[in-house]
Amino acid sequence: MLPDAVEHHHPALAHQFDSLAQQREAAALGMWVFLVTEVLFFGGLFATYAVYRWWYPDAFAAASHELDILLGGTNTAVLITSSLTMALAVHSAQLGRRRLLLLFLIATMALGCVFLGIKGVEYYHKFVEHHVPGPGFEFEAAYARQAQIFFSLYFIMTGLHAVHMIIGIGIMLAMFWMSWRGRITADYYNPIEVSGLYWHFVDIVWIFLFPLLYLIGRHA
Amino acid sequence: MQTTVAALPPRHYLNDGFGIRSWLFTRDHKRIALLYLATITLFFFIGGAMAVLIRLELATPAGDLVTDETYNKLFTMHGVMMVFFFLIPSIPATLGNFLVPLMIGAKDLAFPKLNLLSWYIFVVGGLFTLYALISGGVDTGWTFYTPFSTISSTSKVVPTALGVFITGFSSILTGLNFIVTIHRMRAPGMTWFRMPLFLWSIYATSLIMVLGTPVIAITILLVAAERLFHFGFFDPAVGGDPVLFQHLFWFYSHPAVYIMVLPSMGVVSEVVAAFCRKPVFGYRIVAFASVAIAVLGFLVWAHHMFVAGISVYAAMIFSVLSMLVAIPSAVKVFNWTATMYRGSISWQTPMLYAMGFIGLFTIGGLTGVFLATLAVNVHVTDTYFIVAHFHYIMVGGALMGYLGGLHYWWPKISGRLYPEFLAKLSAGIIFLGFNLTFFPQFVAGYLGMPRRYHAYPPDFQVLNVLSSAGASILGVGYLIPMAYLMWSLRYGRAAGSNPFGAVGLEWMTTSPPPTENFATTPVVAWDAYDYKGEVEGRVA
Repeated sequence: MLPDAVEHHHPALAHQFDSLAQQREAAALGMWVFLVTEVLFFGGLFATYAVYRWWYPDAFAAASHELDILLGGTNTAVLITSSLTMALAVHSAQLGRRRLLLLFLIATMALGCVFLGIKGVEYYHKFVEHHVPGPGFEFEAAYARQAQIFFSLYFIMTGLHAVHMIIGIGIMLAMFWMSWRGRITADYYNPIEVSGLYWHFVDIVWIFLFPLLYLIGRHA
Repeated sequence: MQTTVAALPPRHYLNDGFGIRSWLFTRDHKRIALLYLATITLFFFIGGAMAVLIRLELATPAGDLVTDETYNKLFTMHGVMMVFFFLIPSIPATLGNFLVPLMIGAKDLAFPKLNLLSWYIFVVGGLFTLYALISGGVDTGWTFYTPFSTISSTSKVVPTALGVFITGFSSILTGLNFIVTIHRMRAPGMTWFRMPLFLWSIYATSLIMVLGTPVIAITILLVAAERLFHFGFFDPAVGGDPVLFQHLFWFYSHPAVYIMVLPSMGVVSEVVAAFCRKPVFGYRIVAFASVAIAVLGFLVWAHHMFVAGISVYAAMIFSVLSMLVAIPSAVKVFNWTATMYRGSISWQTPMLYAMGFIGLFTIGGLTGVFLATLAVNVHVTDTYFIVAHFHYIMVGGALMGYLGGLHYWWPKISGRLYPEFLAKLSAGIIFLGFNLTFFPQFVAGYLGMPRRYHAYPPDFQVLNVLSSAGASILGVGYLIPMAYLMWSLRYGRAAGSNPFGAVGLEWMTTSPPPTENFATTPVVAWDAYDYKGEVEGRVA
């Protein structure tokens, strides 16, 4: 508990709030509500995926085998590691250890960029192999039509996930700037905490995407 | 004039800074409410202009005023404008923005910058849609049904869809802001069950905004991807299912009806209590009814698809679930009526609108039960019966509540009174014009007149002429309040902090309120609608 003078007259306290505690709770709740909207946003895609996977299991399995499990698996490891560095960044912010905070933010951003780079390589492969849906799409004759639905879902789901990653890296840049300027302290670290929630969420989406897209029919 | 100017408080949110920058960069929820008010009024009149052309065309059986393709674009744009750019933001973004902090005794919403951002997002979405309108229009109907929207239509589907997509984020951010504000910013003593019922309605509405809007956002994105990049999500040529689009679309767009009507119900609760000088009968039941409507609203979407080829078992379940919505809705109607019983009712303008809402919403709601019945639904699907039904909900319900609320809180917003006689007159004109416009459509639809055609058999002409005549009366009814509310901004008498003698925190500060809303944070020690408390001096 902070002394009253700090709690109610902190420079980071916005005018509409009475105390830093209220501000922190509002920020966290706001982010959680936002993540609920994100769940429903991706939920529409998962529902679409579920319908077509149920209808066309063989085409989905065949199309899934075209994805590069090594690159996808590497990316999964990269993202999980980035969640670790993110959690460590929040922890450093709580302790007020600024240099450590900056270091972990850089690590998080770097891992995010590695993920996007690998994703770009995968997209390039799909482009070369004519697996991008549309007039130029090519696939073994038996599943030529329905595999398009799989790849449409693959591109829109991983594409929107990548957009979220890019936004996340942008947020981390802003956090880096705030921390660099010394605006993040042990009293006031909501921005880092809330951004961390977002980053973990984007990771979790990938944890669902990876098995649903890459691992169909691989257990046999 | 000098005396009325002197009666306004010396310092309030409207004179706290002048010039365009003080508005465009404001973070004050009250000013943002007014920005929204101006913007949605513009969209309302654009959407209304489309309606005028539609009714003009339908005055004669022959399709002689506009071509069939133009007609398709007219009803599409009328729907898109009215649904996404007027009705959905109407009460939440204007009255909600203005009142949520005032009613809970807060200085502002939890995220003022986000609030301003949501207005800018709304404007950008609106500009996209206006661009689509000016550059050729769109002809899919506001529902964007596939595969027509993804493959066949040659009109501006993508700009319109992106406009709706972008606007959705404004809706999400507004809902998020309200939820956090109501959870975290209530004044000391303002418990959940002391909140005005308007806030319960706004809270339930916000839940729908937050849970539903992302689903239509992704759906629209899929349509755009399918149209632009030939991805296959709903395209039968690659094994996709157009009915899946309808499921995803209505998963949001049915609850969206409750985004429109729940806030109006909140307004009616406030107005009925204030003008009967009684607490709302069964406060907790009415509060929970709002939440029940929000929850049940998510379980009924397939009643829009009974003839789309869904299984008969699914149809039966959705039919029963749809009828359940009638229960909390009827609870509200009965409780408002019970509130009026032995109340000292004063028939001022907001009360006239509230009465209009109760009557018209009842008709709209009961015909909704007809439509939830499978056999009747199949008979009247895609006829004017449907058109009449949802206009009774959206115009007779949502819009009546909006106008009632706008009048009720206008003295608080502007600090000035509107001319009571003109206001009552136009409320009467709107009620008459509305019924003359839409009641004949029930009959025409039941007799088999389909919707969305620019020509019809001569047998339906009498009903259509009645409807078009009613529409012109309705149009006049909307222009009069527009004129006198603008007039009152400058020439109206100063209202004083509480012209209606109502209770509620918003009436305990000046009219217009100061930027920080309250000189000191209020401490609440009484229930909502504490009209007995007047004698104890708790009312300003």
